[in-house]
Amino acid sequence: MSQPAAFQVRSLYRSLLRQSSQFAAYNFREYAKRRTRDAFREHSTEADERRIQELVQKGIKELQVLKRQTVVSQFFQLDRLVVEGGKEGKQKGNRNDIIRQKDHGWD
Amino acid sequence: MSNIAPTAVRQALRQCSRRLSTTSSSFANQAPRACIAPRGRRNYVSESSPKKATVDIESTIRADQKAFTAQTGVKPQDAEMPTTGMSADAMMSPAAGILKQATVMDEGTRPIYLDMQATTPTDPRVLDAMLPFFTGLYGNPHSRTHAYGWETDSAVEQARKHIADLIGADPKEIIFTSGATESNNMSIKGVARFFKRSGKKNHIITCQTEHKCVLDSCRHLQDEGFEVTYLPVQNNGLISMEELEKAIRPETCLVSIMTVNNEIGVVQPVDEIGRLCRSRKVFFHTDGAQAVGKIPIDVNKMNVDLMSISAHKIYGPKGMGACYVRRRPRVRIDPIISGGGQERGLRSGTIAPPLVIGFGEAARLAKEEMEYDTKRITALSEKLSKGLLAMEHTSLNGDPAAHYPGCVNISFAYVEGESLLMALKDIALSSGSACTSASLEPSYVLRALGNSDESAHSSIRFGIGRFTTDAEIDYVLKAVRERVSFLRELSPLWELVQEGVDLSTIEWSQH
Repeated sequence: MSQPAAFQVRSLYRSLLRQSSQFAAYNFREYAKRRTRDAFREHSTEADERRIQELVQKGIKELQVLKRQTVVSQFFQLDRLVVEGGKEGKQKGNRNDIIRQKDHGWD
Repeated sequence: MSNIAPTAVRQALRQCSRRLSTTSSSFANQAPRACIAPRGRRNYVSESSPKKATVDIESTIRADQKAFTAQTGVKPQDAEMPTTGMSADAMMSPAAGILKQATVMDEGTRPIYLDMQATTPTDPRVLDAMLPFFTGLYGNPHSRTHAYGWETDSAVEQARKHIADLIGADPKEIIFTSGATESNNMSIKGVARFFKRSGKKNHIITCQTEHKCVLDSCRHLQDEGFEVTYLPVQNNGLISMEELEKAIRPETCLVSIMTVNNEIGVVQPVDEIGRLCRSRKVFFHTDGAQAVGKIPIDVNKMNVDLMSISAHKIYGPKGMGACYVRRRPRVRIDPIISGGGQERGLRSGTIAPPLVIGFGEAARLAKEEMEYDTKRITALSEKLSKGLLAMEHTSLNGDPAAHYPGCVNISFAYVEGESLLMALKDIALSSGSACTSASLEPSYVLRALGNSDESAHSSIRFGIGRFTTDAEIDYVLKAVRERVSFLRELSPLWELVQEGVDLSTIEWSQH
């Protein structure tokens, strides 16, 4: 009994994470991924069969919500945030280059 | 264009056109001749094709345009001024030089949202609960004659229960309103006017750092003949219990003190205030818009008689709020909106089921996620405030201990707050409450704390919420550090401070 349950749980975890990354909005995407990960980690030592069953049911419900809401989120896409893509994206212009100029007399 | 073209080309063009005009069989003759001539053979004078010699107007114009845009397309931030090494942008205005940083990022231009005290994003789970009630389930919850009404009514009552659970109340004690402002107005004016009728109690106590809607309601009541005491606060933003005790008179009918301040995030000692008010038989109203769903609240333990709650501060929809009105001992209030007698007759008018249900779901989530959120927000807030306070001449406003971690209000000395906000345009921040952000007046809350005008001007409020990420906090720390030091470099005051001059000793010359 416990073997299929473990498999089920892992599969649910994967699909929750996959669905989470479908959010168009950065904050929601990051939150959904983080919350999924933290929730599974928090209950990783759960031993009670009934409790596990309950949590799995809750996870399935959340997955359904995610499926609907990621679609809604993709319909209404906005610009990306300034923190997004900061690492992978190329950056034009040089930051940090404004140094104090001591030479007066330009005004 | 034509005058730039070399004369040789022009001559060739003229000849060519002449020949074309004189020989009638122009191309018919030329084309076969070119074909007959053997490929590799070279003459002393090789004939150039007329096409080569003509100026193609279209392509020339296009090339010309390209050269022109290459010249004019140089933005001031990209052009370097000769001999200075500074960009043209920074030469024109120093502020433009720093603002440039906010827009250079290739990916994404939308600012980070860090103003969670103004409002919070609607949680997708809340929207998911609301959507059915915007589409199929459109019944009026007050219709008792058909199924459309019943299904909406049961969902509304479910939502009411979630909200009541969040604050430890009975569902019947929750009155839905349009927001915390209406709840505040309803509580303060309602209680005061009800007591006015009996004609004995005409004194209200509130605090200087309250939200504008509380202060304004009190001002209105003053016009109606009530006496209002505005309690001062200590330097840390908390009220002093002795002063409150002294202020309570036999004719006092209501004390209104907010639980969590919206600008500085201090948590008032609501337990003690509630106990004092109960022992003096005075009604206690608290504005819990910033507190409910963020810190644990129990209206029975705190002896709160009236409490204002807002949906959009707990990741719910905007335009929705609630008022907790105690039933035992009963708080009687004079309703502002009268009509069909919905909501126990205290707030008539059809309630908005989708918003109410979204509010209920937000409250349920807030209760469920409170522990997780608090842990996370505390960690982020600690990181942020530690990073910002590590800079010199910065200070945290409000009491550091009795403090809601999601609201960090920091003063950056020798920097003007508005210019810092302008420089931080890639981060959505504010220097005080959203209601007063249109004016450049320094925040009255910070003034009440005893801060100077300059200090109040240079304060910025950072709001952290459920959806704030670590990367955002890192970005904010870096951006604030860079731009504050840049703005300080521009300031002559900062130069004096660096030289060790005490600014308070300077006698500025009179104008």
